[in-house]
Order: sequence, then structure tokens, then C-alpha cells
Amino acid sequence: MLWFIGRRTAIALPTLVAISFIIFAILDLAPGDPTSHLPLTIPAEVREQIRETMGVNDPFLVKWFLWVKQVMIHEPISLIEQLFNIQIGSGDRTRVISWQSRGPVVDTIAERLPQTTWVMGLAFVFGILIAVPVGVISAYKQYSVFDQIGTFVSMVGYSVPTFFTGLLAIVIFSVKLGWFPSYYDTTLEVTDWSSFVAQIKQIVLPVGVLSMFNAAALSRFTRSSMLDNLSEDYVRTARSKGLKEKRVLVRHVLRNSLIPVVTLIAMQVPGIFAGALITEQIFRINGIGHLLISSIHGGDIPMVQTLSFLIAALTVAFNLVADVVYGILDPRIRYD
Amino acid sequence: MTEPKLNGSSEGVAATASGAGPKHRSLRGDVWRQFRRHKGALVGLCVFVFVTVSSFIGPHLMPYDAVEIDVKMRNLGPSWSHPLGTDNLGRDMVARSMVGGQISLLVAITAMALSVFLGTSIGVMAGFFRRLDGVLMRFTDLFLALPVLPLLLVIIMLFRDSLRSAFGPEQGIFMLIVFIIGVTSWMQTARVVRGEVLSIKQQEFVAAAHSIGTRRRNVIFRHILPNCLSPVMVAAALGMAVAIITESALSFLGLGFPSDFPTWGRLLYDGKDFINLTPMRVVGPGLLISLTVISVNFIGDGLRDALDPKLRSR
Repeated sequence: MLWFIGRRTAIALPTLVAISFIIFAILDLAPGDPTSHLPLTIPAEVREQIRETMGVNDPFLVKWFLWVKQVMIHEPISLIEQLFNIQIGSGDRTRVISWQSRGPVVDTIAERLPQTTWVMGLAFVFGILIAVPVGVISAYKQYSVFDQIGTFVSMVGYSVPTFFTGLLAIVIFSVKLGWFPSYYDTTLEVTDWSSFVAQIKQIVLPVGVLSMFNAAALSRFTRSSMLDNLSEDYVRTARSKGLKEKRVLVRHVLRNSLIPVVTLIAMQVPGIFAGALITEQIFRINGIGHLLISSIHGGDIPMVQTLSFLIAALTVAFNLVADVVYGILDPRIRYD
Repeated sequence: MTEPKLNGSSEGVAATASGAGPKHRSLRGDVWRQFRRHKGALVGLCVFVFVTVSSFIGPHLMPYDAVEIDVKMRNLGPSWSHPLGTDNLGRDMVARSMVGGQISLLVAITAMALSVFLGTSIGVMAGFFRRLDGVLMRFTDLFLALPVLPLLLVIIMLFRDSLRSAFGPEQGIFMLIVFIIGVTSWMQTARVVRGEVLSIKQQEFVAAAHSIGTRRRNVIFRHILPNCLSPVMVAAALGMAVAIITESALSFLGLGFPSDFPTWGRLLYDGKDFINLTPMRVVGPGLLISLTVISVNFIGDGLRDALDPKLRSR
């Protein structure tokens, strides 16, 4: 098992390096001059000296290496320092500084992260809780009315983009009916019953819209995985042994069918952050997605670089987790 | 849909059942016959054709122009003369949705074509040339691990202005969006095509073609590619749905087309600030995006069933 995990990690690491290369290359090849915001009165030779000290003329590989060192080594150490209130080494490290806030990029990200994980994570969990039972029932009662409706609803569910369903939900539930607020207030603190109700109210719309979207694709996947297993020989064997139908379904079929589903769920975790890009824009949640969009509009390249690298690293990490989980759940995979 | 019934001598049985006698049945006819059985796909095809035709022909029949500003008529709700209302400059939303549809559909079709082209070529190369297989598949895995939407946004932010000055505001953005959607969505096609090529390569007719001295290029284009057609077509349909959604998501984030160059996503984005006043400005384009994507997805579903010989032989 350890060998299996080690081998998968060994494959994932070069991917991470390649991704950091791509992200850095896109931003480095882009037109633009880091001294363009300086006053035009600076003489050309001084400007050239500034560029020289900034390292603009360094070879591409050197710049890439320095950036990787900054993002992958300096920033995590600084984060640990802040978390545990200790000092590691001299503490004299160059940090990635945002061009907009003039503060370390990672601090801003750490401020924004809880909102995103809370709302998006909740939607993710609810999506799974809806999708798995629906998928199981529609596979077990294939071609029944439930299955037909489920198929249609999930087809509509993953075809209709969240930026439309979100706006539609706002039109219906906050403009017309006035049940829920149309935006998410992050400054709200739950101290008593009424603020708790307000918190629940403001979370209903984003979580509802997003969990429906997450559930749509996942329930189709659960259904087809269940169908694959229902026609297997071992199911017939289990039934002919005289096992109760419920036991056959839950202990035999479901356990096997959930293997690919769990893998898919693990792979979709980083998608939480990509999905946040749009959902946070609709419901005005000031999380990671909102931060990325506003830094793109503001041309804040260090922030954009770090955020996209963070999302990419999460993608690679959770692909690895999915691989390993698959290996743990299904021993056949380990010996490929 | 019922269980696929594998019927060995389906040729004769089906022919007599339809009462047509021993008539020749073409592959295309078979596929079409199976496709028609999928009600969702048929309805989807009708909706898609309707949306496409009205987007491209509609503007010539409309009494209003998409860019005609009529400030007296601004922010109207739906009425007989303006079924989707008007925007804050008094422009008719139906006319704007039609023009927007042209651009959205053009982007979707071109991006899909690019992605299918890339996916098929990489898939065929990986499947056919064993030496390239490992490299190309690692490359595909790498692209699958890339966070697509954030990267798209970054690329647009960085290259929008230079492309705009090089090719003009419309062509520049069009090329950029088509290019990046195409380049970031070919991976699934490549994987499916590679698998298909690997299995076709083992079959006797390919060995026969090799043995009579057919050149490799001809083996690929005459023997292998036509047999990969069905996964490619399904991938094309699904790729189009993805392209429509990605384009409108980009426009929705304010990083797609400029607002004087409307697409469905852009109309939705512009309309969302007036959601209290004229909700139809959001509902109209949103419904169009959703309807088109649903219909394309259903067409893809129907194609998959129709091109599957196991299902078709009924």
C-alpha cells in the first residue's frame, strides 16, 4: 500500500512542477512592464537600472525558480509562523506582495478562505446527500416514473448554468417573495437566535442553488455505477443465497457502486473553488472566487498567480487523494 | 427506452417488420431511425434548429434593430410589441437576444470544432504510434489537472488588450475565446479516441490494409478515422454544450465580449443589475442559454444511443 501511495505521489509531483511552469509562463510572457506604474519623469537609464534590480532581465528559468521558491517554501513557512506564533530561521524572507493591498498575498487569502469553504463546502455536502439516494433509487427502479423524472431533472440540472439558476432564485425568492436576502453578509456573527435565523436565511439560496447543481451530475454517476453492479453475477448469487433484498442492495451492491462515486467526489473537491468564482459573484460572498475576479479586474498579478497556483495545487492533491482512495477501496487497482 | 435486445438476424426481421421488403438499409438511415426513437433527442434537435434559425434569420425579420436606442421606451416589461421587454437604453431584447445568439452559437461551434480537432488528432496519434503514447497521455493528464476557469480568466486579462489592438475588438476577443475554450476542452475526446484507436488497430482489416502495403497515412485516414466517428460525434455534441456554458460564464464574469457586442452571457451580465426593475432581461437570455444547452445535451445522448451498434441492431 505504501509503495502504491509513493508511486502515485511520484507521478503527481512533476505535474505540479509543470503546472507551476505553465502558470508562471503565461504571466511572464504576457505584455506589460513592471515599471509602467512609475512616473514618466524617470530617465531611461535609471528605469533600466530599476528593471535590472527587479530581476526583469534574468533568464526565464531563474525567475521561475525564484518564484517557485517563494510560493512553495517561503509562504508556507510564514503561514506556520503566524499560526503558531513562532519564528523559524531569521524570519527574513521575501513574501509575495499584492499590488493592490500592498500586503502579503497569503494573508488576504487566509482572510477570505473561511467564507468560501463554509458556503461551498456546505453546498458540496448537501449535493452528495441528495445525489447518492436519488441515484441509488433510480438505478434500482430503472425506467420507473421516479427514474424518468430523475433523469430529466438531472439533465436539466447540469445543463442550466448556476449563474442563471442563482439569478432566477434571487428574482423569485428575494425580489418577488422576499423570503431570503439576495446577498451574503460575511460580517454577520451568530450570537443569539435571531442572528442564527438570519445566518440560515442568507445561506439558503447559495447553498440550495449550488447543491442542486452538484447533485445533478453526481446522481447520474451514482445511477450508472449502480446499474453496472446490479447486473453482476455476484448480485444474483447473493439473492439466490436467500439474502434479504435490502441487505443485497446495501451491503453488496451499494458498497461496490460507491467506489467510483467516492473517487469522483474526491476529484470534485477542488472544483469547489472554481465553482466559487461564479457563485460568489452572484450572491456577493467575499471569498476566494470574489478575490480572484477582483484581482483580475485590478491587474493584481501576484495575487492572481498565487491563487491560480493554489487551485491547481489543490486539483493535483485531490486527484492524488482520489487515486489513493480508489486504491484503498478497490484492491484490484493497486496491482496495475 | 427498453433493454437493448441483441438480435442476431436483425437485418431481415426489421425489414419485414417495417413492411418495406428486402430494401437496402444504409448506416446513416439506421442511425437516423434509432435517433428518432429517442424522444428527448428529437425534441432537442427541433429546439436547437429553431434557436439557430431564428438567431440567424430573425434579425432580418424583426421590426427593431439590436443597436437602435430609443430612450423613451427604456426598461419596459414584456408586452406584445416587445416580448422580452427592453433594456435601459430602450433596445428591444428579442432583437438583442437574436444577435447575441449568433455570436454565442458561432463561438460554440468554432470552439467545439477546434477542441474536437485537437482531441481527435492527439487521440489518434497516441493510439496509433506507440512511441508517442506515453508522452501524449501524460500531456493530457496535465491538461486535465489544470484549473480551467481561473486560467482562462488570467489569459483573457493578460492578452485581451494586445489582441484587441491587433485584430480589432470583435475578432480579437472572438479568436481568444474560441482558442482558449478549444485548447482547454479537448482532453476527454483525446482519451476516448485513443481507446477506440487502440481497439481498432488490433482488428484484422487494419492488418490486411497494412499487409497490402497501404501507407500509414492512408491507414489512419481511410480505415481508422471513419471507425472512430461515433465517439467523436458524441464528444462534439457535448463539447458544444460546454463551449456555450464556458463562453457565457466568461461573459457573466465580465471578461468575455464587450457589451456593445452582445452574447447571451453578456446580456445576462448586463441585465443582472436591473433585476429588480426588469427581471425579463435576466430570464430571457438565461432561458435561451439553458434551452440550447439542454437540447444539445439531449442530442448528444440520442447520438450516443443511435451510434451504439448494440442498441441499433434492434
